[in-house]
Amino acid sequence: MNPADSKIPEGPVADKWTNYKAHQKLVNPANKRRLDIIVVGTGLAGASAASTLAEMGFNVLNFCIQDSPRRAHSIAAQGGINAAKNYQNDGDSVYRLFYDTVKGGDYRAREANVYRLAEVSNNIIDQCVAQGVPFAREYGGLLANRSFGGAQVSRTFYAKGQTGQQLLLGAYSSLNRQIQAGKVKSYNRYEMHELVLIKDKDGVERARGIIAKNLVTGKFERFAAHAVVIATGGYGNTYFLSTNAMGCNVSAAMACYRKGAYFANPAFVQIHPTCIPVHGDKQSKLTLMSESLRNDGRIWVPKKLEDAKRLQSGEIKGSDIPEADRDYYLERRYPAFGNLVPRDVASRAAKERCDHGFGVNNTGLAVFLDFSEAINRLGIDVVRQRYGNLFDMYEEITDVNPGELAKVGEDGLNYYNPMMIFPAIHYTMGGIWVDYELQTSVKGLFAIGECNFSDHGANRLGASALMQGLADGYFVLPYTIQNYLSDQITVPHFTTDTPEFDAAEKKCVAEEERLINIKGQRSVDSIHKELGHIMWEYVGMARDKEGLQKAITMLDDLRKEFNTNLYVPGTVGESMNVELDKAFRLNDFITMGKLIAYDALNRNESCGGHFRTEYQTEEGEAKRDDENYFYVSCWEYEGSDEKAPELIKETLEYEAIKVQTRNYKS
Amino acid sequence: MEDKVMKVNLRVWRQAGPKAKGEFVTYEGVETTPDTSFLETLDILNEMLVERQEEPIVFDHDCREGICGMCSLYINGHPHGPATGATTCQLYMRRFRNGETITVEPWRSAAFPVIKDLMVDRNAFDKIQQAGGYVSFNCGGAQDANSIPISKVQADEAMDSASCIGCGACVAACKNGSAMLFVSAKINQLSRLPQGAVERDRRALAMVAKMDELGFGNCTNTGACAAECPKNIKMANIARMNREFIAAKCRK
Repeated sequence: MNPADSKIPEGPVADKWTNYKAHQKLVNPANKRRLDIIVVGTGLAGASAASTLAEMGFNVLNFCIQDSPRRAHSIAAQGGINAAKNYQNDGDSVYRLFYDTVKGGDYRAREANVYRLAEVSNNIIDQCVAQGVPFAREYGGLLANRSFGGAQVSRTFYAKGQTGQQLLLGAYSSLNRQIQAGKVKSYNRYEMHELVLIKDKDGVERARGIIAKNLVTGKFERFAAHAVVIATGGYGNTYFLSTNAMGCNVSAAMACYRKGAYFANPAFVQIHPTCIPVHGDKQSKLTLMSESLRNDGRIWVPKKLEDAKRLQSGEIKGSDIPEADRDYYLERRYPAFGNLVPRDVASRAAKERCDHGFGVNNTGLAVFLDFSEAINRLGIDVVRQRYGNLFDMYEEITDVNPGELAKVGEDGLNYYNPMMIFPAIHYTMGGIWVDYELQTSVKGLFAIGECNFSDHGANRLGASALMQGLADGYFVLPYTIQNYLSDQITVPHFTTDTPEFDAAEKKCVAEEERLINIKGQRSVDSIHKELGHIMWEYVGMARDKEGLQKAITMLDDLRKEFNTNLYVPGTVGESMNVELDKAFRLNDFITMGKLIAYDALNRNESCGGHFRTEYQTEEGEAKRDDENYFYVSCWEYEGSDEKAPELIKETLEYEAIKVQTRNYKS
Repeated sequence: MEDKVMKVNLRVWRQAGPKAKGEFVTYEGVETTPDTSFLETLDILNEMLVERQEEPIVFDHDCREGICGMCSLYINGHPHGPATGATTCQLYMRRFRNGETITVEPWRSAAFPVIKDLMVDRNAFDKIQQAGGYVSFNCGGAQDANSIPISKVQADEAMDSASCIGCGACVAACKNGSAMLFVSAKINQLSRLPQGAVERDRRALAMVAKMDELGFGNCTNTGACAAECPKNIKMANIARMNREFIAAKCRK
């Protein structure tokens, strides 16, 4: 068993990327034209990589499951994107962004990758402004910033509450330019089902193509290239209810995992503290309220248990509770960061209050996010200018307007309707393992954006996902992939008429036939909901050994239920069949669920988003075990979904940052 | 809130494929609640259909937060239903009466052919964007982001235009099947900013030409597009685009 080789370049952390670029191999312009690259996904990472590779001269094949590249789920990111510009003169620097990200990730990220991320963050902002991304500006015409969790500086750039949309449309516009130029071939409503490996004459197996399903015709098609890049997002929908889009799935990543790509740190799942609480069992997804709200919103529950009981029974409303009886528990517990602690800390603190009976809605699973203080200080107009679209979104869903004056209290203060929020599955830090070059453990297969694992450790800071997706796609992969492709310039364009492609396509068809021929009683969604319940209950915000073992047994039973009692209507290979596509994805979600549980069971410590109740301090904070778990857990597929995967460790090496206990209190 | 059950009848357009003949099918007594979203109600109906071993209704949807632009649907004669400034996925059942019959159709426009049931092909929108909806420069060549100050007013106006989600409601609402609100939003976003203004003429001419080529109709100032737009994109964009286009023609 070889430990995973991360290929981190020599030298001090601040010089590694410069040194790498100075010494890496490049591909000359004439040869770039001879090389084909498949990019699966059109989110921030996929679209930026596809367009940049095409600008450089490579031929790119780009796939998305939606009807247009512009719809990838990056579009839903609300709050912003971090960069170390220090435009606010508040003491920011590349080092500080690097440090905050490593600390925010609870010292489980790879130092060298994070430094590079912080280094290129400034280029991203330049790139986006040049594309015509309408970032928020000050009256003087320069860019505006806001604060986000886990930082003491204002380094977040934003475009209203629609930053992800504007950044994605920027990348989409660059992509469109390359589609128009004929350098990118765009395949919409196509879903990757299988990765094709071909053994070369040198005896090495390399990723050389994919089998993708045309979701409109229902037919499989073959695509070959010199390298394959997957940018297919995270696996949050394993939990059924999450803030992810309905179509987000882990199938492309699972196809790579089954072909030998290690899956790293699957237990690191981010639970976002500010989502609209679950309202019923018919719900299909959860809606995020941007973290930016925590700039001005204050999170609280009642101080008195009897007030909480009266809120739960609907007797009183949040605005009926006077200032003196409110417990701003984040400000109380974490005075230095207050409401802007990292997401994992804020989520756990909300759960802690609700577990003690202080929840504020009918299910007892919600806390308040209150703007009264901000509105009294700034006026409703300023607050609406900052968060108006989020207030409207909240009102449409819940029928409550958070900007509405509810009451003038006996203490003379104005009380506005607070929002109700609760944590929900949001982002996955774990993903396909990649080395410094973003190459997976399969030669010629690269993974970028949320679908890789590398930069966020055990917890991602707000406004860092957009940064990482675009860093990978615009500034990192286009360099590192050349180091791999420089050996491939004499390899001619591939044909798909080979035994490897035949076998791969046959397998895809056989799998669909298996699913449709089960002919049981249960719908895909009913089994997926059950999967979600198991995951949230036992592999969610608080985990323990017993529960995780139970979850693994339950997932085995659920797999049997899926294999014997699923019902999928329609036919295979003749036309669009949405239920069949969902069944295909659910099969992979079940495998993914087990992988998360295995990893959570293995990691006998608490860190970031992974909280094992056995491992906590007296104050209820996460208790890491650096002696035994200072590594990336890489899981290798053992030939069958039923078999337990094998653990391979990449030991972390920190040279610039001293590993210590996270402290957001002082 | 949870216990308030309501029943609605859904009269839905069913069409097996692009060339197949479609028809309305009414599904009676679909049980939902006022706090359930409209698309979740369609999910409930689909679960019923699968239980009865029938084919579920196909419709486009993804983020369910009103931003991806994937959901469409003509509901009771309005694109994205009766709510204003919201997409279909942000529509909640409290907007409807208990026992109401709700008619659900796909976008109806020659430029958006039906793929199946309520799903249409909006590829024409991508083609218009490919014709010129970008700033021509390569990654890596940008100068510092703060080196060109842009007035807040201009930046905010560009942002308002850039809010378009490309759903196609404007085309579906328009009696002429015009895409001018969609096209003008992109043209204006970029021409308002110094970075995009450099190639404003080329862009306006190319995007308008592509829009005409793909069979979208012309604007007759009815204003249905802006009235139905879930993102409140303003009609003024169309006026500005016309000015951009004429100026470009003159300068050519």
